[in-house]
Amino acid sequence: MKSNRIPAIMLKEANHILRDPRTLLIVVLMPIVQLIMFGYAMNMEIRNLRMAVFDYSHTPTSRELVNDFSASGKFQVSYPNLPEDSINQLFFSRKYEAVLLIPKGFAEELNRLKKTDVQLLIDASDPNAATLIRSYCTSVIGRYNQLEKYSPIDVRTNILYNPDMRSAYFFVPGLIAMILVMVSALLTSIAITREKELGTLEQILVSPIRSHEIVIGKVLPYIILALLDALFILTVGMTLFGVPFRGSFPLFLGFTLLYVLAALSLGLLVSTVAQTQQVAMMMALTMTMLPTIMLSGFIFPIASMPKLLQLFTYIVPAKYYLQIIRGIMLKGNNLTQLLQPMLALIIMTVVMLAVAVKRFSLRLK
Amino acid sequence: MQDIIQVRDIMHQYGDKTALEKISLQVSQGEIHGLIGPDSAGKTTLMRILCGLLNIQSGTVSVFDLDVSKKFKEIRSRLGYMPQRFSLYQDLSVEENLLFFARLFSVTVQERNQRLPELYAFSRLEQFKSRRAGALSGGMKQKLALSCALVHRPELLILDEPTYGVDPVSRQEFWQMLKSIQKGGTSILVSTPYMDEAELCDRVTLIYNGKVLASDTPTKIKANWNKVVFRVTSPEMKELEPELVKIIEIESCQRFGNELHLVLQADEAASIINQLETRFDEYMPMLEQIQPGMEDIYLSYMQAVQHKEPSHAG
Repeated sequence: MKSNRIPAIMLKEANHILRDPRTLLIVVLMPIVQLIMFGYAMNMEIRNLRMAVFDYSHTPTSRELVNDFSASGKFQVSYPNLPEDSINQLFFSRKYEAVLLIPKGFAEELNRLKKTDVQLLIDASDPNAATLIRSYCTSVIGRYNQLEKYSPIDVRTNILYNPDMRSAYFFVPGLIAMILVMVSALLTSIAITREKELGTLEQILVSPIRSHEIVIGKVLPYIILALLDALFILTVGMTLFGVPFRGSFPLFLGFTLLYVLAALSLGLLVSTVAQTQQVAMMMALTMTMLPTIMLSGFIFPIASMPKLLQLFTYIVPAKYYLQIIRGIMLKGNNLTQLLQPMLALIIMTVVMLAVAVKRFSLRLK
Repeated sequence: MQDIIQVRDIMHQYGDKTALEKISLQVSQGEIHGLIGPDSAGKTTLMRILCGLLNIQSGTVSVFDLDVSKKFKEIRSRLGYMPQRFSLYQDLSVEENLLFFARLFSVTVQERNQRLPELYAFSRLEQFKSRRAGALSGGMKQKLALSCALVHRPELLILDEPTYGVDPVSRQEFWQMLKSIQKGGTSILVSTPYMDEAELCDRVTLIYNGKVLASDTPTKIKANWNKVVFRVTSPEMKELEPELVKIIEIESCQRFGNELHLVLQADEAASIINQLETRFDEYMPMLEQIQPGMEDIYLSYMQAVQHKEPSHAG
């Protein structure tokens, strides 16, 4: 007799999902909220930086440099009519983010030596903004040097794959990695511990069911849900934020499935340890959300972390998935170029799944 | 009659707390067997062991002549189990729950199409079949749980306190359902904290603190009990009760609503009653021998165990 216990569990699970407003909220609302947050609120580009200019040179040459700053679109330039020692006051009152000091001999020195100095003061109380301001200024001055043929060495930086340093290029893949791990690990661990908590697991255990049937039946609907979420974020990222997709789509789907499996195994593992939904939620959140945001290279570069944390990133699945989808979407990587992170994900999945299925017992504890 | 459940010398411990102490039990084919005892007597532990949900720590258990520790998967497909708590899916409808359990037990579609109307007729749940299980009343929930446990026509039903917290009318209906299931040839092991339900069973096992107090038919349990019960009523009950408790010849003096039940050794009863009547004349007591209820017997056995092992009392 053909057993249809897996479809039975799947159907039941699908009904739970469709009837539980909380699950739907997580699955539908979370990607939308995070897309809005990352896409609009947490923008990594800054515009309309207020810059005060003290131009002691008063020459066409110096005015040209100031013009270049305002023409870049990043700076709002103004000339406050104040003595030089009041610069601190300007920063204290938060009226300006940067101050440009052009010395008296600016134009003469440039003409004579083909090089000179200007002073740039940046308010670094927000270090991230300060870094950005500095790089904007460097690029403005670089362009000025290039055009006027002042600089003896002409550095030409060529930024690859994301020439405009658009933040959407980095947050869309990161968001896919995060939402997938949330939906897969968090929701499955909650779904299984909920059955423990309500006693329904005790009821269905007293049937001919096998542990792998319970696990597969419960997990499959969440795989579908996670893949739909990934496609949704990808579509929004490509249409609304203009993120490119240079690689192969089937390859993307295959790797995403692999990543979802890794996250699900983690969720299963959590559910074999946790006895209540609350514990499962806390465990799943700390084991997935935090490492995915902090330790995957999503926001903070792994290379800049302390050595110990760098070691820890080797067991964060999102680290490998990010390498993979950034590779596929932005660089157009093919399968052979992604074998190493793929292998890492496969090993992690197999180990976690084996432990979880072994621990998932047909008895009560 | 053949035994469908055989339990021999089962012990079970949770950490250092003993839940079952050398329990033995036989359930015969076709009977309704009541497992009777208060909370924490060990009823749920025993039932979970029978379903293979808990490991057997010592002793042997067989169901359908199969060793539970080895063949629990086969046993599970042939029995119906209803846990103590309502354990169906509250967000699924009555019909969806029934269909889910039918699929879980691989009931074929033809069989199912025949079985479901039977179960609806029997539980009278048909008119509620699209209602979510969570929205059913307590009695209806238990009927649905019973129907789900019956969907694959099990040979044995194990019901853990199915009437706990259910209103008296629904309790009565539930027992009528059990009787008709029994007529269909299914054996039933049912636990209950309600002593009055013992009379509805073919055989009962009284269990207390992980020990069996007695196991037999209700009639034989009463016949083998060598004590008698007197009912005492008095207009001045408040004064009388503390006086009676002090008398050591009285085995036990329990309050049942407005009356006291005195348990006495059968051979000493007549003389003690005579003494009491003269001694407490001022309170105008009415003393009258009554048929012992299962509760009187249970309490008397329980006190005997407590006196033997005071450390386990409580």
